[in-house]
Amino acid sequence: MKSPRRALLTAAAMALVLTGTGAGAARDDKKKDSAAVKAARDFNKDPYPSTYKPYPGRVTVITGATVFDGTGKRIEGGVVLLRDGKIAAVAGSMTDLDLPADAVRIDGTGKFVTPGIIDAHSHLGDYPSPGVEAHSDGNEMTNPTTPNVWAEHSVWPQDPGFSRAMANGGITALMVLPGSGNLMGGRGVVLKNVPARTVQGMKFPGAPYSLKMACGENPKRVYGSKGRTPSTRMGNFAVNRETWIKAQEYRQKREAGKLESRDLAMETLVGVLDGEILIQNHCYRADEMALVLDMAKEFGYKVATFHHAVESYKIGDLLKEADTCSAIWADWWGFKMESYDGIPENAGLLYKAGACVVIHSDDANGIQRLPQEAAKAQGDARRIGIDVPDADVIRWLTLNPAKAIGIDKLTGSLEAGKAADLVLWNGNPLSVYSRPEKVWVDGALLFDSADRKRRAVSDFELGQPGEGDVK
Amino acid sequence: MSARKLTLALAALLAATAAPALAQSVAITGGKLVIGDGSDPIEGGTVLVQDGKVIAAGRNVAVPAGVKTIDASGKWVTPGLVVAVTNLGLLDVDAVDDSNDSDADKSPFSAALDISAAINPDAQHIKVSRAGGVTRAAVAPLGTSSIFGGQGAVIDLGADPQAITVPRAFQYVELGETGAKRAGGSRVASYVVLHNALGEAKELAVAPAGARRDDVLLSRRDAQALIPVVTGKQLLYVHVERASDIRMVLNLRAEYPALRLVIVGATEGWMVAGELARAGVPVLATPMVDLPESFEQLGSTQSNVGRMKAAGVKVSLGAFFDQPRYAPQYAGNLVALTRVPGASGLSWGQAFAAISSGPAEALGMGERFGSLRAGRAGDVVIWDGDPLEVTSGVVKVYIDGIEQSLDSHPTRLRDRYNTPNPGSLPRAYDW
Repeated sequence: MKSPRRALLTAAAMALVLTGTGAGAARDDKKKDSAAVKAARDFNKDPYPSTYKPYPGRVTVITGATVFDGTGKRIEGGVVLLRDGKIAAVAGSMTDLDLPADAVRIDGTGKFVTPGIIDAHSHLGDYPSPGVEAHSDGNEMTNPTTPNVWAEHSVWPQDPGFSRAMANGGITALMVLPGSGNLMGGRGVVLKNVPARTVQGMKFPGAPYSLKMACGENPKRVYGSKGRTPSTRMGNFAVNRETWIKAQEYRQKREAGKLESRDLAMETLVGVLDGEILIQNHCYRADEMALVLDMAKEFGYKVATFHHAVESYKIGDLLKEADTCSAIWADWWGFKMESYDGIPENAGLLYKAGACVVIHSDDANGIQRLPQEAAKAQGDARRIGIDVPDADVIRWLTLNPAKAIGIDKLTGSLEAGKAADLVLWNGNPLSVYSRPEKVWVDGALLFDSADRKRRAVSDFELGQPGEGDVK
Repeated sequence: MSARKLTLALAALLAATAAPALAQSVAITGGKLVIGDGSDPIEGGTVLVQDGKVIAAGRNVAVPAGVKTIDASGKWVTPGLVVAVTNLGLLDVDAVDDSNDSDADKSPFSAALDISAAINPDAQHIKVSRAGGVTRAAVAPLGTSSIFGGQGAVIDLGADPQAITVPRAFQYVELGETGAKRAGGSRVASYVVLHNALGEAKELAVAPAGARRDDVLLSRRDAQALIPVVTGKQLLYVHVERASDIRMVLNLRAEYPALRLVIVGATEGWMVAGELARAGVPVLATPMVDLPESFEQLGSTQSNVGRMKAAGVKVSLGAFFDQPRYAPQYAGNLVALTRVPGASGLSWGQAFAAISSGPAEALGMGERFGSLRAGRAGDVVIWDGDPLEVTSGVVKVYIDGIEQSLDSHPTRLRDRYNTPNPGSLPRAYDW
């Protein structure tokens, strides 16, 4: 049982975390600290704050649609009410809905409603289109560990990929990650999929940061080919462990009031050790994932999600126990050695094991078809006797990725009080023949297939062939 | 050998040769039958394959006595898929260079390179694609240091050593951005390289005893390899994306009227759809490109294929190298576009033809495979649902009338890990 004083301090620390000052700020001997120690400890944790404000929306009610609420529930002929940018109600019928006279009423008969689709692994903005060398901003491959770099500083908000992800994929939020060339690639950022002039205008308010890590072939190839460590998988682990040891030392110094200068890399790693920054770990092979889980125990952090994870099906029990999600493709396979044991039943076998499944894209085209990818995995599961109901498959694209990137309290399901991030589909989204009809972000209608002007056109596309085309 | 012994031996030989013929005969009845020529599916249709060829397909097809019958009630029956630009059989793992024959950029040769020498019918990618319903593929091109990617082959995906249907079926040339880079840094250079090469081939074709001028650039083998291109005996695949590049390619026929062009890629094809239709040149379009991935693809839209089709272009799907088994998903998406306001897509029948008879016709082989019309190869796939729907899967595959194994490395892993761990020993003993 916590003492009252300890509990109070913890609460104060929590509040400070939320307002963006250092966890050590509540120390009693604050007055004695030098200016340098204060600077290293009480730094601003949110120096590039989100400037996103929801766009104007109207009270909207959708009736008669099949609703997948993202938690695994399916409601036939459901009613979804959006008010003030939030989900106000989800119900089986129109009862007690206090609707203003000018509410927008949408007949969803024969259509489907889901939460906005969330991609836990994207490089939109940091590898934007056109994919010219001048735009290649996703991998800072000059050092095997670069936890000091932040993906948001590479994101080009004019990447035309954002609008395609919404119009064809119903994407309302996404995690933009650094690439996997480094063991520690840098911080990932969660974005609202809204057009904006600046990346700050896209940043998801209240979302935690993530640190991208990578095991396996990429880091050892990149640095091995430069004649540097790591050049082997064991080298990968050695460099990671040495770096975590430094982070632990940095954290101890900070707590002892002995830090006299800031270190961007260490601030990110200590954020992980403090549980404020999530780990998104690129890893293909089961044996390596199991080693990473032990490394996380060794240093006292948690792996939120393994990304790509083509061999997760071999260790579903370990992943369930660790409460670690697998963000996977449906059926990518065979393109590199560590993808050789990928099977299309990966998602189904993980589901059967009770582990968390997330379908991700890692691809500017795939992000436009995540429900189709999930449906492929559903079909492949069914053929080996694992029946996954549609409503659970939708969870792989909504609430599960929201959990994987730390925004599940804010979005990812159609529950009263959550953000009105949702998609009206012209058919079952798990069919190849269905597409988004309307997409709302925080209750604002940002895509409407029936209104050609309700379609974002990035600065880059103005004056180009096909400007404003249906895409 | 006595006369009697000879007769017996002959009888044995006949029996031996007759046996495969029997194995190559099957009637598949009761399913939803897709001919693959663009027509609508037929409920309760029958396809009859004898001696490896389609005899008939339709509603009232009589099945001769002795032919094995497969009941496909509740299922779909289609021709095998044809994917006309792949790297199947050239590699085991893309990023494992030692296993990968799709790049030859250090070779002194280019147009002379003959892909059929490297095809491995046992490659896992062939097995996985076969289990996805792909029965024929064109294999192309090689990454070379030249605009010429070598001579591509048409293969079948059967589980037998004879993979090659037609070797040296086409030459492959890169123009546009990739060609410019290879030719010296500019499209200007790539067109001169192309004209020079075709010119040298033309001269060599008529030169007495193969004599050549002193100032030739191409090696004799490369020049020889281009003779069937300039004489129209071999197709010329040309990869271009930008509208202006497509126009340049169409103009080539003014100087080389015998060229049998096939345009590959064609992201901006919709912008020159009228010209493509008038030229009658087949297009193997990369489906679903809607991003300006490069400056030669600024006009990209998923409606590209639908718009070309509506304009009368002979367009089908091609150029998805990595996983040919995705062909049905791409085709299904083109059907989805018909329900999106302002978009252009394909009808279901057109979409299926775009991954079966269409690519076969682009290859000039529509009489041999790609549909279930009489006389075509007995390449038939049975599906557990609508083949263009992403949740559907393949039940059986026949190539030349022979039922194929659908096993592969991934299916063996699936089977191992979908069963409870057998007990005291590790899974390594479970096989």
